[in-house]
Amino acid sequence: MENIKKISAKEKLQINRQKMPEQSAAIRIHNFNEVNLGLPEHIAMIEAQRCLHCKEAKCITGCPVMINIPRFIKYLSEGDLAAAAESLLSDNALPAITGRVCPQETQCEMVCIRGLKGAPVAIGYLERYVADWYYNNMNKANPPHNPPSGCKVAIIGSGPAGLTAAGELARLGHEVTIYEALHQPGGVLVYGIPEFRLPKKIVAEEVNRLKLLGVKIECDVVIGRTYTLNELQERFDAVFIANGAGLPIFMDIPGENLKGVYSANEYLTRVNLMRAYKFPKSPTPVIKAKKVATIGGGNVAMDSARTAKRMGAEVSTIVYRRTKAEMPARAEEIHHAEEEGIKFEFLAAPIEIIGDDKNWVKALRCQRMKLGEPDTSSRRSPVPIPGSEFILECDVVIVAIGTRANPLLTTTCPELKVNKRGYIKVDENGMTNIQSVFAGGDIVRGAATVILAMGDGKKCARSIDKFVRGKKHSK
Amino acid sequence: MNLIVKKQQISPNVTRLDVVAPRISQIRQPGQFIIVRAKENSERIPLTIADANPVCETITLVIQSVGRSTKELVSMNVGEFILDIVGPLGKPTELIKSGTAVCVGGGVGTAVVYPIACGLKSNGVKIISVIGGRSKEWVIFEEELSKLGEVVVCTDDGSYGKKGFVTEAIKELIEHGGIDIVYAVGPVPMMRAIAELTRGPKIKTIVSLNPIMVDGTGMCGGCRVKVGGKNKFACVDGPEFDGHLVDFNLLMDRLTTYRPYEQEALESHEEECKIGLGKSNPA
Repeated sequence: MENIKKISAKEKLQINRQKMPEQSAAIRIHNFNEVNLGLPEHIAMIEAQRCLHCKEAKCITGCPVMINIPRFIKYLSEGDLAAAAESLLSDNALPAITGRVCPQETQCEMVCIRGLKGAPVAIGYLERYVADWYYNNMNKANPPHNPPSGCKVAIIGSGPAGLTAAGELARLGHEVTIYEALHQPGGVLVYGIPEFRLPKKIVAEEVNRLKLLGVKIECDVVIGRTYTLNELQERFDAVFIANGAGLPIFMDIPGENLKGVYSANEYLTRVNLMRAYKFPKSPTPVIKAKKVATIGGGNVAMDSARTAKRMGAEVSTIVYRRTKAEMPARAEEIHHAEEEGIKFEFLAAPIEIIGDDKNWVKALRCQRMKLGEPDTSSRRSPVPIPGSEFILECDVVIVAIGTRANPLLTTTCPELKVNKRGYIKVDENGMTNIQSVFAGGDIVRGAATVILAMGDGKKCARSIDKFVRGKKHSK
Repeated sequence: MNLIVKKQQISPNVTRLDVVAPRISQIRQPGQFIIVRAKENSERIPLTIADANPVCETITLVIQSVGRSTKELVSMNVGEFILDIVGPLGKPTELIKSGTAVCVGGGVGTAVVYPIACGLKSNGVKIISVIGGRSKEWVIFEEELSKLGEVVVCTDDGSYGKKGFVTEAIKELIEHGGIDIVYAVGPVPMMRAIAELTRGPKIKTIVSLNPIMVDGTGMCGGCRVKVGGKNKFACVDGPEFDGHLVDFNLLMDRLTTYRPYEQEALESHEEECKIGLGKSNPA
């Protein structure tokens, strides 16, 4: 890295987008190791040279947490990794995670000027490179932070919104306690997103970094049961609710209670959090199936189908009622799924799950669909084709069609205002109708992405900072 | 980390553990449960809180050792720590405020019905407990329940109390009349039989369901049960439901889901114990 030379814009334009090295599909379907291996140093340096450092960088506005992308890439291209890491971390609390799971192709990379002619800068790859370098090289013992403010903030949930808010608030000098319902911090990052997309080690490192900032994390605490929201309000200057979307939605079709029907949440939790892939060494089982059908077209459906393949399914099929073009999953996940031999039944909607004489799943009865007029989501809505029913044999069905609001916390605090679907109502600062109580992430938006939840965490942290300092001042 | 302070075998395969859990001991209500993860590699399993002592900050767990996870728990000793306990979970029991309640406990379910009876007692409700077991040594919590009211004991072999199932005794009580509500906890066939007995005379019957759970907070939906034709999540909507509306056949069937895996898990656990891997950390 000693011989970094300045190159001209013309030379930059001649460099092609670098490829992410991957585990080959034939090998990775037999393990849970990460698919993307990370850029080697020399490749990262070449990719960093591709950035034109636009004065009015569109990528920044394309990012939900407004990372100053050209700045960290500039430091990287100059070989100053410490400065690159410092720059990145000052904008984004969890870069090793977002570098892996963000849908960059619809955010920063979609608006990258280099995408107009050719491929955009691989911002996600570079973010991951810098974040991983930081974990391997920086002295983590003395993270910088503001003098103590004397204010106490409680955070409910240790998923992406909660962790981000915790990092921001701790850096601002507040005393932060996170309450997590499960036995391990991370929320969807540990129970939902599989190891092969986001190694648990990465999440553990991010959590450790927060602990070094002084953040306390109490696991095995369910707010609404172990403590009420009102009790937290008494003990803290502000509360941030980031407890996630919650309850899985089922399709309400016959056969959904047969043995072998899982919600994606249950299937993924068994395999990821409870490590069913190590059964019987890890005693939580998951049904080992030959043929698995996953219903849905989002990232969670891709994760489920790809997990089933790794659990030994000979055939793992995604059943989706629209076409590939309408799939909400990330392009990279669909591409990886295809490489891994995941089958796709597009324009198909399940109408019944058929069981054998012992009530085990045997098959899925589906109906063919065609695309009609655009619906409220502006996607063309699927319309059933009469007489088009067909049978898909399978012994496990995974329902990955979304979640609805978990009422556990909200019903134990009736004064907290929710919308008709049960999600918490907030103002533009993320504050709920109760002063000192803020909310963000999926419990406000409904099921969305890690980065949007993090954006909420960051925004709410700033609102909370302002609020608690104002409150302290007025005392 | 939750310290085990007392351990007692109370029937041939049922063990009582008193465990330090300060917050839960103070706020738990009848009918609520916890999720336990014994050690780093263990399953998460639901257990009802049989009793609590807020002064000593302990809760009482009554565990029937049937599979790998329950065997692992009861193999732990006083002075050892249970790694994770989360709760109290589930909705508390709907307790009547006056009248007469019959509390039915079958096998280890007797420990689950006990806190309900305690709650009823403090409301001033008259309690008749009907408890059963295979034979005398399988009957548990008789002494505790007898402090709250009349106790009718039934054993399958007649070695103690009345000979026969608890249902026979319930039948007699129904014929006698004056029952306002029945709370029944035990094996699924027992709860189903009692719900059938009380359906005709329209005696409200509350049952506590024990489906397979993972998180216990509504997130996974694994514990779904059909009640009144609708799917409910036992962990957040229950675990207690109107016995006249529960689809017991479905519950029984879903409880068998992992039977093909249980033996394998158990053998692996026993193998680990032999070579010392399963040994917990010293306290």
